[in-house]
Amino acid sequence: MAHGPKPGFTRWLYTTNHKDIGSMYLWFSFAMFLLGGCMALVIRAELFQPGLQIVQPEFFNQMTTMHGLIMVFGAVMPAFVGLANWMVPMMIGAPDMALPRMNNWSFWILPFAFAMLTSTLFMEGGAPNFGWTFYAPLSTEYAPPSVTFFIFAVHIMGASSIMGAINIVATILNMRAPGMTLMKMPLFVWTWLITAYLLIAVMPVLAGVVTMMLMDIHFGTSFFSAAGGGDPVLFQHVFWFFGHPEVYIMILPAFGIVSAIIPTFARKPLFGYSSMVYATASIAFLSFIVWAHHMFTVGMPIAGELFFMYATMLIAVPTGVKVFNWVSTMFRGSMTFETPMLFSIAFVILFTLGGFSGLMLAIAPADFQYHDTYFVVAHFHYVLVPGAIFSITAGVYYWLPKWTGNMYNETMGKVHFWMAFVGLNVTFFPMHFVGLAGMPRRIPDYALQFADFNQIASVGAFLFGAAQIVFLFNVIRTVQGGKKATDEVWENPEGLEWSVPSPAPYHTFSTPPVVR
Amino acid sequence: MATESSYYVPEQSRLPIFATIGLFLTAFGAASWINGGSSYIFFAGALSMATVLWFWFATVIKENMQGLNSDQLKRSYVWGMGWFIFSEVMFFAAFFGALYYIRTFALPWLGGEGDRGSSNMLWDGFQNTWPLMVTPEQAVAGDSAKVVGPKGIIDPWHLPLLNTVLLLASSVTVHIAHVYLKKGKRQGFNLWLGATVVLGFTFLFFQVEEYLEAYQQLGLTLESGIYGTTFFMLTGFHGAHVTLGTIMLLIMLLRSVIAHHFKPDDHFGFEAASWYWHFVDVVWVGLFIFVYVLGA
Amino acid sequence: MLMGLKRLFAFLTLSALAPGAFAQEAAEKAQEGVQRWGVNMTQGVTEVSRTTYDLHMLIFWICVAIGVVVFGVMFYSMWRHRKSKGYKAAQFHESTLVELAWTIVPTLILVGMAFPATKTLYDIYDTKEADLDIMITGYQWKWKYDYLGSDVSFFSNLSTPLTQINNQQAKTENYLLEVDEPMVVPINKKIRFLITANDVIHAWWVPDLAVKKDAIPGFVNESWTRIDEPGIYRGQCAELCGKDHGFMPIVVKAVPEDEYHSWLSERAEQAALIKELTNKTFTFDELYERGKKVYNSACAACHQPNGQGVPGAFPAIAGSQVATGGMDSHLSMVVNGSPNNPAMQAFGAQLNEVDLAAVITYQRNAFGNNMGDTVQPIDILNFKNK
Ligand code: HEA
Ligand code: HEA
Ligand code: HEC
Ligand code: CUA
Ligand SMILES: [Cu+2]
Repeated sequence: MAHGPKPGFTRWLYTTNHKDIGSMYLWFSFAMFLLGGCMALVIRAELFQPGLQIVQPEFFNQMTTMHGLIMVFGAVMPAFVGLANWMVPMMIGAPDMALPRMNNWSFWILPFAFAMLTSTLFMEGGAPNFGWTFYAPLSTEYAPPSVTFFIFAVHIMGASSIMGAINIVATILNMRAPGMTLMKMPLFVWTWLITAYLLIAVMPVLAGVVTMMLMDIHFGTSFFSAAGGGDPVLFQHVFWFFGHPEVYIMILPAFGIVSAIIPTFARKPLFGYSSMVYATASIAFLSFIVWAHHMFTVGMPIAGELFFMYATMLIAVPTGVKVFNWVSTMFRGSMTFETPMLFSIAFVILFTLGGFSGLMLAIAPADFQYHDTYFVVAHFHYVLVPGAIFSITAGVYYWLPKWTGNMYNETMGKVHFWMAFVGLNVTFFPMHFVGLAGMPRRIPDYALQFADFNQIASVGAFLFGAAQIVFLFNVIRTVQGGKKATDEVWENPEGLEWSVPSPAPYHTFSTPPVVR
Repeated sequence: MATESSYYVPEQSRLPIFATIGLFLTAFGAASWINGGSSYIFFAGALSMATVLWFWFATVIKENMQGLNSDQLKRSYVWGMGWFIFSEVMFFAAFFGALYYIRTFALPWLGGEGDRGSSNMLWDGFQNTWPLMVTPEQAVAGDSAKVVGPKGIIDPWHLPLLNTVLLLASSVTVHIAHVYLKKGKRQGFNLWLGATVVLGFTFLFFQVEEYLEAYQQLGLTLESGIYGTTFFMLTGFHGAHVTLGTIMLLIMLLRSVIAHHFKPDDHFGFEAASWYWHFVDVVWVGLFIFVYVLGA
Repeated sequence: MLMGLKRLFAFLTLSALAPGAFAQEAAEKAQEGVQRWGVNMTQGVTEVSRTTYDLHMLIFWICVAIGVVVFGVMFYSMWRHRKSKGYKAAQFHESTLVELAWTIVPTLILVGMAFPATKTLYDIYDTKEADLDIMITGYQWKWKYDYLGSDVSFFSNLSTPLTQINNQQAKTENYLLEVDEPMVVPINKKIRFLITANDVIHAWWVPDLAVKKDAIPGFVNESWTRIDEPGIYRGQCAELCGKDHGFMPIVVKAVPEDEYHSWLSERAEQAALIKELTNKTFTFDELYERGKKVYNSACAACHQPNGQGVPGAFPAIAGSQVATGGMDSHLSMVVNGSPNNPAMQAFGAQLNEVDLAAVITYQRNAFGNNMGDTVQPIDILNFKNK
């Protein structure tokens, strides 16, 4: 068992090694990020000026839809799973994931699922064009034929997610080294444990809702059609019962990453470890009872409206606890600002901004004005781009020396950071303004008063995109060689992963380490 | 016997990539078939999927017989199966939730009650009843309506009641089988497990019977409005799970009869199948109450 | 460890007080600027819209204040507590007291926000005792207004010409926010909207009224408004509804009550006139000219102004089997809609007999379809009654 990887490409096809699989997840995710990003650039290019210049409305809607789907399911989720694959076994002192063959299966489904999804772009009638939220009946009676392929792609991708999540739960609960009690686990492991529960609970619901669509489209059922006694709004309830926990699936692991990085570079232990754990659990719990805040305008009875408003507002409390804990960790630390730290600090600030706009959206009567405008687009890009994406980037810079044994180029890292930081704010900040001023989302063309801010946003998007090329370049260079990293890499970081050599050997911990 | 300190990490394996291809062909094939293409890809996919799973399970069994599986790994299988069943529970929850929403909110609104009662102005004459025999469209358009309600519904106190008894009994028989197995009495195990499988097939037989009655005599179909929709989707997915569960138990039976698998202290394959069977049983109780009894 | 906490506390309280004092003044200044630049929510022209605006500003400033505190502490430590300045790290890492404090204080702030929000929501939901009911129906991609209790009912289409959208002509002031027939309403009356849709979900949104409500096919949602000032208020569909979701604006024209009544009776007369015209026989040219207009406003969105359609989505009319085939199947397609594809709606319920006759005649003779035949309004009526 102690031998290294097999040579040749079958290493990747047949592998059962968590590090190999983690790397494949990460590369796949990055590819999807570029693909989804290019679609975003099509959107931004079309919105550079009022009028229709580059694409027709039909195609624009396909871009919006595919951009959302690919970023959420193809870029962010697999990236977190990739990081979990790499880091969870190393952090808890396990030799590998609990179910290594299933691990490989979970990964390889994804490229096939997304090949199927993107192939719809070339089908008659075009790709799905009903938004990543695919509200019925636009996505059922009125959908292009490719919707069937979309449904099955979601099915197998969901199967992949569920298997991945089960694997992570089993690993964390069952594979910890002796002495690694639950309350000693690093927060990244904790957040992933809770995220995995969310996944197991809601991915089947997504599978359920797309199955209902399939039946309505092809087999004459009436789930979403009032004519037969159904209700289009039923779709939204089921979708968002999945959809809202889904957005926390995209942020909880991020909290874990940032909670690992900030203490390292503040040279001070994480403030309030146990409250961080409880806060994560509370967020996960609350995430199941807030879904209808996406549906304030569908005409729910007022009691529902109030319940979902109050419950949603409450999420600010545990999330606030997290933010305050990070800030307290930095307070009176001894800080340095390497690239991972820069991304983490930007994460805390910008995610909080996104959280604030989230809180504003939670106020139902105000949401009547915000809903389905660019204010919402601004909100979720602030929690997703400097939230999810920045945390992933920070994690990659933080652990890359451990993975490859080489130090990345710090200057290039800083260039990447500043380009991305400026680019993303230039892109997404003005969206608050146009949103408040009344620009609806998902439109290929807009009234003249929105022109200036849209132009600025489009420029920012290209800058942000260019920053990613620097990132790619830096990572490839580091994989190929560079300054050797020490085993500890950083100054006295916490965690078992730093106790193994850099690069981490192909098999870590074939005998469990002792944790005190 | 392997110990905690040497966890068996399997060597490279071809199984997952073949399973992926099988799954992909199945999904892609199903989509093309439904969209009017040929069904070959789907069947090729399903066949390869089944083959791969066969080999996969065979491998796992072989590894266990060789004593490669530590207790820790066995616990991982236990966790895995447990959470898989939980995910299935959530899948059914989506459909039960839909039924609840339709009955508590959508239909009363369409019928003119409650907050969105003005909806009734679009469906003049529509009344909220359950079971829904006259769809909103039918209330307005009469005979020219596309979605027409059923003429009758399944009486819960005949076949469904019988099926309830059968399935509950099968949960007991599978438990007795387990007890025999733990005592190391293979004869008793085989017998009671066999009885469970027979009960499973009998249940399915009556389910088919019931569907035939619904389609041929009652006009109760997938297309007969929301009653037929929820009825067939819930009972249909349950039926699919019973089918799968029965096949699983049948395989366990064959493994025991032909290959003398399972030891009194080591038989997780059987245990997993029996958990699944209990889960299917519990879902049925939910169905019997919420779909059949409270639906009639 | 204790020192650290104390300092943290002191800092938190200090920075919490500071913004409070400035907030008021800053708020007023910023408000002016913000309004001029068009970067904020409109205050609108109804009581509800103003309350909503105030609520929005209230939460906004609360968030700003919290942000100042949190980021204040953060920037302070980033500035002071850095290794390059030789700062040695403290090692405190726990305090139940602070954790409690920053659980409770935010909760209280939230409770404070919830009160005005709840009140506003109750207001918005109170649709009782309206003076006037208007039924609003969303169609792909236009709105229909029915003034309940009168015969007045009409469609409201985007009126910005395609040439502007395709950049062949300069864009005018209300680009994409103008319609052929605005919805006309009286001021100072409580108007109840009954909102629904015919095909997919749309959302009827006019920012100045702070009304946004989804239009759900098969269900009716209620909303209301009472407008203070006469004026023209523009909005857009706010739920993705397909290809031309971005091209289905809303224009509300609020007028004094007497003006409203004269408008209403004028519309009622027009409706009567059309009914009369149904029995008239038109010449080919009359039908063709009228049909062209109807086509461009009702059909061109899908079948395109040049009749070429959109491959894969909407068939061409030029050379179409239906438009150059038997009259009955053409009539059936337009009047009853397509049995295969719900996007091709039943226009029999949307257009009057005269317009239907005109547009069918036009389709059979335009784009190189030289059928040379006409169909009269009375034929349509007979077809409908068959
Ligand atoms: C990572 C993803 C992510 C995260 C973390 C969040 C976090 C939150 N979101 Fe967001 N949201 C999305 C992703 C996310 N959202 C997406 C993708 C959509 C759009 C989907 C679509 O329609 O396409 C959306 C849409 C959305 C809506 C619907 C808007 C609409 O369509 O009209 C609402 C409404 O309530 C909302 C609310 C919130 C709230 C209250 C939080 C909270 O969790 C935020 C909590 C954080 C803070 C508040 C900041 C830190 C706290 C403090 C410093 C403490 C003190 C603060 C106070 C007391 C105010 N979100
Ligand atoms: C994690 C999720 C995620 C991420 C990371 C992003 C990233 C980006 N999004 Fe995303 N977005 C969503 C999730 C996400 N988005 C969702 C869920 C929706 C809603 C969809 C819906 O309405 O259904 C949405 C909708 C959405 C809209 C609204 C569309 C509409 O309503 O019509 C816009 C508009 O600007 C936009 C822009 C961008 C941009 C510019 C980026 C940038 O951050 C992208 C940056 C990346 C790149 C640019 C690619 C990398 C670079 C290269 C390939 C090199 C070449 C490039 C250059 C040299 C410049 N997004
Ligand atoms: C929302 C989109 C949309 C609008 C608006 C629309 N149509 Fe269509 N039309 C379609 C679609 C889609 C089809 C294809 C129907 C099918 O496949 O059965 C179609 C088909 C047709 C056909 C048959 C063409 C053929 O060869 O199959 C005719 C004739 C037609 N429409 C006339 C009209 C007229 C007249 C109007 C306006 C009064 C109109 N359409 C408005 C979408 C639209
Ligand atoms: Cu109608 Cu969007
Ligand atoms: Cu949400």
